[in-house]
Amino acid sequence: MKLPPFDYACPTSVSEVVALLAAHDGEAKPLAGGQSLVPMLAFRVALPSLLVDLRKVAELRHIKITNEGIALGAMVRWREILDDARLRTAHPLLIAAVAHVAHYQIRNRGTVGGSMAHADPAAELPGIAVTCEAKIAVTGKAGARVIAAADFFQGPLTTALQSDEIITEIRLPLWPAKRRFGFQEFARRRGDFAMAAAALFYDEDGGKARNAHIGAIGVADRPLRLKAAEDAINGTSIDEAVIAKAEAAASASVDPADDIHASGAYRKALIGVMVERALRDAAGLKTT
Amino acid sequence: MSTTAPKRASNLFVGSPIERLEDLRFLTGRGQYVDDLAVENMLHAAILRSSVAHGRILSIDSSAARARRGVHAVITAADIGTVPTIPLRHDPTPAIRRFEQPVIADGKVRYVGEPIAVVIAESAALAEDALEAIAVDIEALRVVADREFARKDDIILFETVGTNVPDTITAVRGKADDAAFNSAPYRRREHFSVQRHAAVPMEPRGLLAEWDDANARITVRGACKVPFTNRRALAQMMNLPEASVRMVEYDVGGGFGARGEFYPEDFLIPFAARLLGRPVKWTEDRRENLTALNHARDMECDLEIACARDGALIALRAHACTDIGAYVRTNGATAARNIAQVLAGPYRIPHVRVDVSLVITNKTPVGTYRGPGRFESDFCRERLFDMAAADLGVDRVEFRRRNLIREADMPYPLPKVQVLDIESECDSGDYQITLDRCLAEFKWAERAKLNGKLIDGRHHGIAVGCYLEGGGTGPRENVRLAVEADGSISLFVGSSSVGQGVETVFAQIAADALEVPMERINRVLHGSTDYVAQGFGSFSSRSIVMGGNAIGDAAQKLRTLIREAAAKRLQCQASDIVIDRGMAVGPAPARAAIALKEFAGLCADGTFASAKRTYSYGAHAAYVAVDAKTGHVELIDYVAVEDVGRIVNPLTLHGQCIGAVVQGLGGAFLEHFIYDENGQLLTGSFADYLMPTASDFPQIRAVALEDKPSPLNPMGAKGAGEGGIIPVGGVVANAVAAALGSLGVEPRDLPLSPPRLWQMIQAARATCAAR
Repeated sequence: MKLPPFDYACPTSVSEVVALLAAHDGEAKPLAGGQSLVPMLAFRVALPSLLVDLRKVAELRHIKITNEGIALGAMVRWREILDDARLRTAHPLLIAAVAHVAHYQIRNRGTVGGSMAHADPAAELPGIAVTCEAKIAVTGKAGARVIAAADFFQGPLTTALQSDEIITEIRLPLWPAKRRFGFQEFARRRGDFAMAAAALFYDEDGGKARNAHIGAIGVADRPLRLKAAEDAINGTSIDEAVIAKAEAAASASVDPADDIHASGAYRKALIGVMVERALRDAAGLKTT
Repeated sequence: MSTTAPKRASNLFVGSPIERLEDLRFLTGRGQYVDDLAVENMLHAAILRSSVAHGRILSIDSSAARARRGVHAVITAADIGTVPTIPLRHDPTPAIRRFEQPVIADGKVRYVGEPIAVVIAESAALAEDALEAIAVDIEALRVVADREFARKDDIILFETVGTNVPDTITAVRGKADDAAFNSAPYRRREHFSVQRHAAVPMEPRGLLAEWDDANARITVRGACKVPFTNRRALAQMMNLPEASVRMVEYDVGGGFGARGEFYPEDFLIPFAARLLGRPVKWTEDRRENLTALNHARDMECDLEIACARDGALIALRAHACTDIGAYVRTNGATAARNIAQVLAGPYRIPHVRVDVSLVITNKTPVGTYRGPGRFESDFCRERLFDMAAADLGVDRVEFRRRNLIREADMPYPLPKVQVLDIESECDSGDYQITLDRCLAEFKWAERAKLNGKLIDGRHHGIAVGCYLEGGGTGPRENVRLAVEADGSISLFVGSSSVGQGVETVFAQIAADALEVPMERINRVLHGSTDYVAQGFGSFSSRSIVMGGNAIGDAAQKLRTLIREAAAKRLQCQASDIVIDRGMAVGPAPARAAIALKEFAGLCADGTFASAKRTYSYGAHAAYVAVDAKTGHVELIDYVAVEDVGRIVNPLTLHGQCIGAVVQGLGGAFLEHFIYDENGQLLTGSFADYLMPTASDFPQIRAVALEDKPSPLNPMGAKGAGEGGIIPVGGVVANAVAAALGSLGVEPRDLPLSPPRLWQMIQAARATCAAR
């Protein structure tokens, strides 16, 4: 588990990073927090010729909260999100999700850009990005562009990023103060990757839910929006019958594969339970 | 932690909660592990391991690897010549010996992870880089991936032997035949299984071998557990006299039965050092650790009991089958032997017959893991007892109480292991006391009201189980006590330290035995072959029983020597001399006192021999809440009560017990080596092989008693390192079954993973609905 041989660069600007990536034609890898890439190097499943360390790129470290929403620089670490008092009201769903990310040590190192680029189907932030319709700003040799979260994730560990591009920023839309939300995750041990997790929010209008967004993590090859479950709650006042409908709709809208940790049938049921519980949290209804 | 025995007046240290002497150096970063070692001229080894589970090696081309920068050698079977096999340390029946593991793949590979070649290079990274340059051509053979297929003998792993079943071990007490079962008022038969998992110590293995060409001597650093046995094995393989092999033990980050046995690397690294004439170091990484270190537990069991209507047990019979992997390693048959011997547990069952077959498959070989065979046995037996008690309408606690071996029955014989001709008997104890204490600590009567109840969406359940722990395995142990120039005492022991705190407890025992302050015991030197002529090591919960009593013997002799020397100086009788607080004091009225340093150079050897094992025992209880919608089990409370005969240090014992329970919970809920049909390990990293961590099971309580000392040794001590793990699987599975009693869920297989439990709950609901 010694790392394979590679060259190392530690530039200070995005333009230098892009130039290095472009010059190595897919053989270079950006190193953010290293919480996924370094183990992959140790297992020799990633064999880049060059590691481009992003730790000195100052322009990737910002957390900006404006009238348009929240912008997280790609090198923002989980710890910085959890320690930012503004975010607790500016985006409580993000905070709830990030609290489930791995362990203390990993949260001190891991970054939002790294998690997005790695695109593990069971990771929290990609799920939040899809649920909240985030935009991902990226920069490459051809310039900057913005990709919708729904288009960014293309499969397990697969994204819309080109080999010369890096993520610069994740943009989450503005979060209304009265928005209701819930986040529920089930993992074998605290800090493990989710077997399934649900992220959801809705706004209220005259006692009825509207603008429901329900996201599912760990039940497909990428994070999903569960439109059928959203339809089940939009326009309703949340009660036991609605919760049961949303649970059933969530389950029915996924078709997870079997793997060593669980059958597809288990995950299919589990995502329903996660949606049910997250919805209870959002509506302030007790477990029965 | 509490004890019921009154404080002993004569002993100051034994029985006291003394903080571990080892901890200061560990906590201040001054521990010395084998990977910390570096010597001049040192080279590093990396091992090419088979990625194919079963195949014939057609060719190995290492020329490209040899040509790489920094590479000094690539060693394969061809370089070794006649490839030795690793001798069995335990239970070496002729049938089983046919399956010994060669130290390097020799013509065939039989499991993923089997060593094929060793690269020696300037650094560990360069050595690992070079592995990829070795071209191995393997003709893949059909894989024997499970017990069932193995037993058909369609594909044979050892062609010359002609079977995949090395042996069947049988243990018998009374006559558990058809007549006994047919005439019984009640019988029940069930099939159980325990998954493959393993010890997984925190520190992987490591070795540093140095060849001294001038003296034709090899030094191997990184030995532990059984250095003297391994010295004998290595000397034979390297064709050296035993005296030319030196094994040195450093700090060890956990053994649990797996670390310290003789593995292929224990030959390959010294061999490389001699071949190259340079020190060679190898540090196992976690990936190789999970396929190279012994696995364990993998068994299934068809178990039947017969009893009277009141629950009194009449007979037990079983056929168990252990998947021991591709070879029989040093102690690969021990778990099977233990299953045969202890499946009946601490219960009076007149008629017992247990047959345990060992089966070879294309997986990592197994060995002992804390409570070998006992963890598995207790799961099967205690589960079946709860099912039977429910059938009979007998209270679960009463069922056990009625059948526990009574103090008046002692010594009570265990079933005799026939092939190996092993007889053993429970030495002493009152098993009702630990059961009662466990129920009291647990508040069983109060908790029983919650049993089977659905509270806030979760099903609550409780269970209790009883167990036996065999320990103090012979044949003997040797120690030496020596007076140093400054009047301090050095203690040399043949026992090993694998992290269990022997330095502390041995210092306590020695200080009491010599009647000197503990600070006087300045060094406890353990585990290395330099210290005593012959040592036996640390396994089978034996260090205190064997090593501790040997210290008593040596202390007695040293005291005699000191008193004789003092008597000479003071011109009195040796019997007039009293040793008190580190001084030899002459008779009244002068009461001349001579400091111990005046006796520098005196030393005494001590030994303790015993062919009989000690049996500590106890009861555990668990309280769980099951979330039926996710299959998650929360452990709300867990109580462990044991009687270990004599408590040397309540703190270290408490730590041993809590740690063992957590390990057991790992086996019950989390840890699982899953293989696919090609013999590939699918849970080969800590991302997929789930170890319990400190925050997973916070609610564990442990109580140790010393009500019933062992009659087999002067200290009255019994083994105490393994009891904490033995009953865990059975107890928590019974608690889960009790919680889900309304649904009729009966776990028969470990681990109790959420998906598996959920599946059982779904199936039970479907059955209910169909009715």
